[in-house]
Amino acid sequence: MDQFYINLLFVGASFALYFGIAIWARAGSTKEFYVAGGGVHPVANGMATAADWMSAASFISMAGLIAAGGYANSTFLMGWTGGYVLLAMLLAPYLRKFGKFTVPDFIGDRFYSKPARLVAVACLIVASVTYVIGQMAGAGIAFSRFLEVDKDTGLVIASVVVFFYAVLGGMKGITYTQVAQYCVLIVAYTIPAIFISLELTGNPLPPLGLFSDHTASGMPLLAKLDQVVQDLGFAAYTADVPNKLNMVLFTLTLMIGTAGLPHVIIRFFTVPKVADARWSAGWALIFIALLYLTAPAVASMARLNLINTVYPNGVDAQPIQYEDRPEWMKTWEETQLIKFEDKNNDGRIQFYNDKADMSDKGWAGNELTYNRDILVLANPEIAQLPGWVIGLIAAGGLAAALSTAAGLLLAISSAVSHDLIKNSINPNISEKGELMAARASMTVAIVVATYLGMNPPGFAAQVVALAFGIAAASIFPVLMMGIFSKRINNKGAIAGMLAGLVTTLVYIFMYKGWFFIPGTANLPDNVDNWILGISPLSFGAIGAIINFTVAFVVSNATEEPPVEIQELVESVRYPKGAGAAVDH
Amino acid sequence: MSTQSESASSYWRENLRIITTYMVIWFAASYGCGILFVDELDKIQFFGFPLGFWFAQQGAIYVFIGLIWAYVFSMNRLDEKYDVHE
Repeated sequence: MDQFYINLLFVGASFALYFGIAIWARAGSTKEFYVAGGGVHPVANGMATAADWMSAASFISMAGLIAAGGYANSTFLMGWTGGYVLLAMLLAPYLRKFGKFTVPDFIGDRFYSKPARLVAVACLIVASVTYVIGQMAGAGIAFSRFLEVDKDTGLVIASVVVFFYAVLGGMKGITYTQVAQYCVLIVAYTIPAIFISLELTGNPLPPLGLFSDHTASGMPLLAKLDQVVQDLGFAAYTADVPNKLNMVLFTLTLMIGTAGLPHVIIRFFTVPKVADARWSAGWALIFIALLYLTAPAVASMARLNLINTVYPNGVDAQPIQYEDRPEWMKTWEETQLIKFEDKNNDGRIQFYNDKADMSDKGWAGNELTYNRDILVLANPEIAQLPGWVIGLIAAGGLAAALSTAAGLLLAISSAVSHDLIKNSINPNISEKGELMAARASMTVAIVVATYLGMNPPGFAAQVVALAFGIAAASIFPVLMMGIFSKRINNKGAIAGMLAGLVTTLVYIFMYKGWFFIPGTANLPDNVDNWILGISPLSFGAIGAIINFTVAFVVSNATEEPPVEIQELVESVRYPKGAGAAVDH
Repeated sequence: MSTQSESASSYWRENLRIITTYMVIWFAASYGCGILFVDELDKIQFFGFPLGFWFAQQGAIYVFIGLIWAYVFSMNRLDEKYDVHE
């Protein structure tokens, strides 16, 4: 069967499943729309959280990032998993006990302040909108590559699918679709990885294969990889980083950013009890780890495979003739994701680090450039796996993008309908009216996200800086203080959130341009100009420290929170009574 | 009433102690073994692979899973002990 029809079959079947779930899981009340009725089993919630969390970036881009950076990009692996430890111990159980619908709900009630709620809503919307654009764009790319439609058509198809189950089912529809999407994406990710691990090391488990011997050379895989990349003028794969402070801060920013992202936190509002919130976090991390433990294996093996493809007789011998390049390179050349330019006109593909001088070999520069995403997308073809594996990758990439997009859209629409409309503008709105408002906000959010996905603004590429920076510097600290301190009051919380947010944004804008407008940066964005070598992407952790400090100082200089607020803090600390959730 | 709040605050103190212990391990496994002492650990060849690199790309994640599950069981026991479970 033609590859196109195989892809169509896999994607079509997975979409039919999502539609089926949407019809089965319609939301009849605001509680069902916002928190799936609060009755989701912890294992199901763990899977849904994993799909909610693992985005197009985790599925498509992360292995490519690690392949390019080697050890230095371990930050993503530790950062995007370590945050769950913080979530499980510092936030999820207590926020579940609080028992309301949104993250700004807690901030507004705990700090008895409408402005605090509104600052939280603003942070949530900026972080989530930035994040969702990347998901929409990712879905568009997956469609255009695998189903041969243009990117914008692909994006519209993806939006219609999300619209169907998110507007109809709200959190209830999203939750059970995410469970299905998790199964699709994890199978799609691990199957090619198992084949490649077997091929290179003889070990069927990729995380073990990574540390096994490379069958062809008899050397440990990592030693072999270190050797060939260094021969080609690149830094060793396992080489240490020059600036540990920056690596620590970046990892910390990713961790506390993960724990502070509203679309992840609200997943823990859907389980029946406080203990279930903890169980959910445990399951979620296991399901996430299945992909995150596999990704570094895919990364190193794909990089070695790519080098072996170009240098079939070893890196000391001549690279292949362009005319003899494998079929997959031809396919991906059409998408422009991989490019060849014969700089020394010898008809061969010289692939090495430009910065190393190889003119003695007659090389005139690196001739092969590729988009890092193809290391996952083209993985099955590079490893010469059957056509159905490629179809699986198509369905998996779409599942990863759509599941995260839906979670983000719910976080955005519930902040609008619940925090803005119900709790700020029109407190007398009926239950039915709020449910309608929730569906309307969801619809608007989808339309806006689709439009922005087609016409990505400059900030769309700054997901890590904006989403994780803001979540780390403003949302995480204020949630944590709201639970662990009775002394932090409304003034302290607002001052802390704004101080963390503003310093982080200013530091990012200084290097990346004010509001990301090109040409407005004050300093070139490179390590020589960063203060103490701290990258703008790593500043969220510093912003969090500023947030904690300012909140502490301001609260201690002003009056204690009222007694009923101190009682509220007491009550979120003890699990008993969460089952009877607060009625709205 | 006073005994109830006393037991409530000792429940919270025990919870904080559990969290602190686990956070120390969390920090040591990721920032310690995976970043700060990675060079020293890389010199140790554990079954032929550099231990520091292993911690950064695999080990830390296993430790995180272990920590959350240990926390789940510790807290379930604590909830039983203070009779605050549901």
